[in-house]
Amino acid sequence: MKLVSEFRQSELAQGLVRSIRRHATKEARFMEFCGGHTVVIMKCGLRQLLPPTLTLTAGPGCPVCVTDNADLDKAIALAKLPNVIVASFGDMLRVPGSCSSLQEAKAAGGDVRIVYSTLDALTLARENPEKSVVFIGIGFETTGPTVAASVLQAAQEGLTNYYVLSLHKLCPPIIKALLDSGEVNLQGLICPGHVSAVIGANAWEFIARDYGIPCVVSGFEPLDILQCVDMLAQQVARGEAKVEIAYRRGVTPEGNQTAIKIMEQVFEPAPARWRGIGEVAGSGLKLRPEFERFDAELNFEFDPGPTIEHKGCLCGDILRGVKTPPQCSLFRRVCTPINPVGPCMVSSEGSCAAYYHYGEENDG
Amino acid sequence: MCLAVPVRIKSIEGTEAEVEAGGITRKASLILTPQAKVGDYVLLHAGYAINIVNQAEAEQTLALFSQMSQLMEPE
Ligand code: SF4
Repeated sequence: MKLVSEFRQSELAQGLVRSIRRHATKEARFMEFCGGHTVVIMKCGLRQLLPPTLTLTAGPGCPVCVTDNADLDKAIALAKLPNVIVASFGDMLRVPGSCSSLQEAKAAGGDVRIVYSTLDALTLARENPEKSVVFIGIGFETTGPTVAASVLQAAQEGLTNYYVLSLHKLCPPIIKALLDSGEVNLQGLICPGHVSAVIGANAWEFIARDYGIPCVVSGFEPLDILQCVDMLAQQVARGEAKVEIAYRRGVTPEGNQTAIKIMEQVFEPAPARWRGIGEVAGSGLKLRPEFERFDAELNFEFDPGPTIEHKGCLCGDILRGVKTPPQCSLFRRVCTPINPVGPCMVSSEGSCAAYYHYGEENDG
Repeated sequence: MCLAVPVRIKSIEGTEAEVEAGGITRKASLILTPQAKVGDYVLLHAGYAINIVNQAEAEQTLALFSQMSQLMEPE
């Protein structure tokens, strides 16, 4: 496929790898924020291509993984209500909440439907006027505008049975929180490509400026990631910290202003809870007061029950970049993709699932 | 989650486009990329085009990569 296979040509990787080796003279730890990057790095064995001076650490960029149990429990409780159809992206179904999952709620008679898009959720609402359709809104700035667009569409059509449970999260505030905690020591940030396609590379300026950490936005093909790592290594070698783009075909400094406007028209920043990190001010999105009638939290009575954490699961530490999956005593022994204990083993872009499928020998 | 794939716009009707990738045709909303035209590649995420792919930049990046791969390193 054009624009995909071209960025997977292994013969082109060699020049990039050579360049990285030449530039990576100093020890440096880079964080790939995005779970999508973690998967490509593991799957293509990119770590093994890097010189020993460089370490790559996975970050919190997996929306399914960072959704905390209290919020998962809300989605599950909604799925148990009569006359409610819960519409969710497929990745969420098997994620265990405190004592159940959307999948278990479905097996117990709840009406849970997998959708690929909010467009499908709107179709469900149109086709089932006697029921309420609740879309489980998870995702970062990449997804936020698509959910906002669905709310505008519902408002325009006068759909009165469409709701959103907004568990959306914002990336720059959580990176700031991670850096402020002082727990991770980074010399470079591999910035998420499709989040940046929306918010623009400029959104990372403050990290380069205030924290002195080089930031390079990366695409999702192996060559994109190698180019990004090379650009970071060059900045480290030169003692610089600035924002650059290694994914110029998809990302601009300003981002997609139309998408940002639509997202800001419907949502406003709000506190959000992140698994393993806790509540972070301004790191989530909630529906603005004028769109309250679409807010599932305000329009349904439901009881998510008490929040119980998964015993022994290190997802929280892994999402903060302070532990790796093989350091979890449950990894592979108790916790597997078939029998996942925590969300990092369920999500296709969770670190634990990536390590499980693509080997743990390169555990950093 | 933030997966987005480049797809080519085959036709546009209002804010809805027919897009094609790897021989598969599907529908995509252009609400977030109203300036997209037939023939453009867009990044498709969860049913919506979230950005237009800059093909000139794609070619430049690939040209840079092949230049780098041809440079022989004096060891
Ligand atoms: S291996 Fe399983 S239990 Fe351990 S951190 Fe990962 S998801 Fe949690």
